[in-house]
Amino acid sequence: MSTPARAWQPAASIEALRFRAEVVARIRAFFSAREVLEVTTPVLSQAGATDPQIDSLSLRDAQGRHWWLQSSPEFHMKRLLAAGSGAIYQIGPAFRGDELGRWHNAEFSMLEWYRPQFDHHALMDEIEVLWSELAHSRHTPWPRYRYVDLIEQATGLAWAQCSAARLRAALEPQLGTLPQDLDRSGLLDAAMGLLISPQLGMDTPCFVHDFPPEQAALARVEKDAAGQPWARRFEWFWRGQELGNGFHELTDGPEQARRFAADRDQRRRQGQSDVPADRCLIEALSHGLPDCAGVAVGIDRLCALLYGAENVSSVMAFPTDRA
Amino acid sequence: MSSYSTNQFKGGLKIMLDGDPYTIVENEFVKPGKGQAFNRVKVRNLKNGRVVERTFKSGESVEAADVHELELQYLYNDGEFWHFMEPKSFEQYTADDTAMASAKNWIKEQDTCTVTLYNGSPLSVEPPNFVELEVTETDPGVRGDTSGGGGKPATLETGAVVRVPLFIDVGDKLKVDTRNGEYVSRA
Repeated sequence: MSTPARAWQPAASIEALRFRAEVVARIRAFFSAREVLEVTTPVLSQAGATDPQIDSLSLRDAQGRHWWLQSSPEFHMKRLLAAGSGAIYQIGPAFRGDELGRWHNAEFSMLEWYRPQFDHHALMDEIEVLWSELAHSRHTPWPRYRYVDLIEQATGLAWAQCSAARLRAALEPQLGTLPQDLDRSGLLDAAMGLLISPQLGMDTPCFVHDFPPEQAALARVEKDAAGQPWARRFEWFWRGQELGNGFHELTDGPEQARRFAADRDQRRRQGQSDVPADRCLIEALSHGLPDCAGVAVGIDRLCALLYGAENVSSVMAFPTDRA
Repeated sequence: MSSYSTNQFKGGLKIMLDGDPYTIVENEFVKPGKGQAFNRVKVRNLKNGRVVERTFKSGESVEAADVHELELQYLYNDGEFWHFMEPKSFEQYTADDTAMASAKNWIKEQDTCTVTLYNGSPLSVEPPNFVELEVTETDPGVRGDTSGGGGKPATLETGAVVRVPLFIDVGDKLKVDTRNGEYVSRA
């Protein structure tokens, strides 16, 4: 296919860029007032994200060395935490190939912060305060929905009944035909991504928390009173868009190494390119990551929604098609 | 056989689904935070015009439909088929009754129509948005009636029946909007 001509002008109006700059300045002021240290970590790394659902972009330098563009600053920031940095935040670029749409751009701006001694609920509290300052809105607590409760509401299925066949039978009348090769976890993603999340946070923002353990990513997993394990992970939604993803962070080095290996196995089975796991992160965890919670927030989406826009390119100077 | 990956999806792209040609009306990339990415599309079946929603896993490939649009001149109807010609190449195309569903009541010889070809044959024919046609049958005109209310049916030279104001007479030429079948003015 031919490449369409690029416009030289920015996608966002200058007014929108001023608005964006003000939001970013207020975020910095918020963290400065709370004595959270701003840090800058490398965008290029010798290790990438092993997560099979993330397409890490990579490049080769003139010496033939392979580099990965960060999909989030998480690994470097955790190494700082393990080295005793205390609470830290960063605003910087992140990259995910093959993500392009009204609410996605392959290069985007990410706010990520970590709070030692916080669990994921304490971090959700802080997000509520940050948002109410940015939105000039009075702070009222937001709904916090458990992942399983939302799935049950949308499908009528109790968690123990959520087999692939039953999920498909419950979802297709609402969503139309779904890809035939979706497994149970793909069908749960379809339920959350296509059916549930577009309705979330329409009045005030909200959180979804306690994800199934197979979706733990870098969160710790703990059992509830009934002995059922859940990942201490949350997502932040506003006006149907996911704005952030946070964890009560996994601090167990060997467990992290097992998850990286499982990711790489899955990539191999699915015929995806291999991505080396970050050994420095494993070593840092083994050295000792303080008990902490962290969250990554998409700045472009946050600014777009605060600005009342219908897409991220309204608040981006040069989205991918103009870059 | 060519195909498109979901990251090439955009409005107007023609794809094959379940053996039928479709055009993409809307494409939305959806990705839950840490999960499977999807392309949720609205597609219109080019054979029957029905719009349905479909979901693809991002990165999936879909067969391309051999569909394109041409501006063709209507030549004549032989009683069974409608014949069209490409004005530069003089190449001729034959459309059947199904393809003519939305055009046959509106077009006259030499009108230019937008014809959608599928595997080289007309799949659908769109008439010009506005046509000028003569009234062949209607109740006698009521002069001086400018109330605008009421109206009456009038049959046009192509057989189409439209609602017209009371003052219209047989032999009048009318401008009609083919998209909603409504009278616009006297031509």
